[in-house]
Amino acid sequence: MTDNPKISLRDVHKSFGPKKVLQGIDLDVAPGESVAIIGGSGTGKSVTLKCILGLLDADQGSILVNGEQMVGASRSLRETVLSKTGMLFQSAALFDSMNVWENIAFGLIEGKNISRRAARDIAMERLADVGLGPEIAMLSPATLSGGMQKRVGLARAIATKPEILFFDEPTTGLDPIMGDIINDLIVKCTRDLGASAITITHDMASARKIADRIAMIYQGRIIWNGAVSEIDSADNPFLRQFVAGDIEGPLDLDLKHL
Amino acid sequence: MPIFAPVGRMFLAFFAVVGRVTVFAVKTVGHCVTPRFYFRLIFKQMCEIGYFSLPVVAMTTLFAGMVLALQSYSGFSRFSAESAVATVVVISMTRELGPVLAGLMVAGRVGAAIAAEIGTMRVTEQIDALVTLSTNPFKYLVVPRVLAGLLTLPLLVFIGDIIGVLGGYIVGVHKLDFNSGSYIKNTFEYLEVLDVVSGLVKASVFGFIITLMGCYHGYHSKGGAHGVGQATTNAVVSSSILILISNYVVTELFFTR
Repeated sequence: MTDNPKISLRDVHKSFGPKKVLQGIDLDVAPGESVAIIGGSGTGKSVTLKCILGLLDADQGSILVNGEQMVGASRSLRETVLSKTGMLFQSAALFDSMNVWENIAFGLIEGKNISRRAARDIAMERLADVGLGPEIAMLSPATLSGGMQKRVGLARAIATKPEILFFDEPTTGLDPIMGDIINDLIVKCTRDLGASAITITHDMASARKIADRIAMIYQGRIIWNGAVSEIDSADNPFLRQFVAGDIEGPLDLDLKHL
Repeated sequence: MPIFAPVGRMFLAFFAVVGRVTVFAVKTVGHCVTPRFYFRLIFKQMCEIGYFSLPVVAMTTLFAGMVLALQSYSGFSRFSAESAVATVVVISMTRELGPVLAGLMVAGRVGAAIAAEIGTMRVTEQIDALVTLSTNPFKYLVVPRVLAGLLTLPLLVFIGDIIGVLGGYIVGVHKLDFNSGSYIKNTFEYLEVLDVVSGLVKASVFGFIITLMGCYHGYHSKGGAHGVGQATTNAVVSSSILILISNYVVTELFFTR
């Protein structure tokens, strides 16, 4: 626990009909800290992220981002809070009606009211930051490979120099080499910005590389939370099974019912 | 009684949808009258909805006017009222056929495109991305389309009316051997401003309905490609039905004394 966490979740609950997805999430992220939330499919990782971002309304509990309460917040307060955040989506979620530089510059033009010309120059710099050349600036996102789309998505996320970054499954769907390149870029960008970060992943190699701390979510609760260096020596049987990737163990996986 | 349960469920589901559409419409109108306005996007959508729908509306109204002239001539000639053909064509086009045919054609072309585009943005998380970039998706996606529909459909219908009347003139003069001057005189002699205005008001209402339904079904689509396909179908079907219903309501408001 830190005195002034960038993000603080307390007893966060979220249900969809009778299905209780989050059942009391508690989590703190300190300034400049990178936390990876790991867990199996359907355990509530993405729902946690969406609740923090205000894309879903938590049923109960408290979510403080930069000290602002996001549960029940007005739209304008959410927009103000989100203007200091950046998000890399699992599918990159690039706007296909715009070219690459317009995607990267979107937050600058619409959110920060920067002129198109100035925003274009910044977009080109961010493009270089993620290792892409100016020749792709005018291309449509649909013509890019998955790895390039992720890099453009990362460039868009960091374009406004946010204080907090969110990464949703950043290496999913990429080959191991491209996955590692994305991991390195995430580490570099987060470090350069001095930003706090939350990464949702079930890729342990990615979590170990990106994060300072790892939190494991299972059945809607954080069941283990500790430094990356402690993960291999932890005696939590759920965490041990997940890290080892064993089928046998205390985790009630959907696989068992097949 | 087992038969009442599914019927009751159906009614409840229907009223739930009506409620959701109403809330969506109220939210949309609220955002339409409060800043921020994306004028560049409104203009782009006006081109998309108005300018690019012009060929299909022109073809539809041209042939509708031509058929109307032929049909009314063959009908009215039975009691020697052929001279009423021009009047029937212009009043039918301006009051009913222009707005309804243009509305239905635009519903098929634009309503489907809006639902597919916004639906794809929803299922590929592009709408969530807009939110994380502190942009209100209602103001950015819905309002420009609805305002563009509201403003351009009357223009489109006005042009469609002229083309429809021209279609009637072509058939009347070149096929049915009406005198050109007397056909034009008959066209304008009994035409009232209210005939044209009522059609343009209808067009505006239809524009609102088409874009609102496209945005609503796209915005709430889920389940990948199948969901987007479903949203597209629902947008076209619901807007077509609502066009016909609202057409009656507006006609009743204008012409019932």
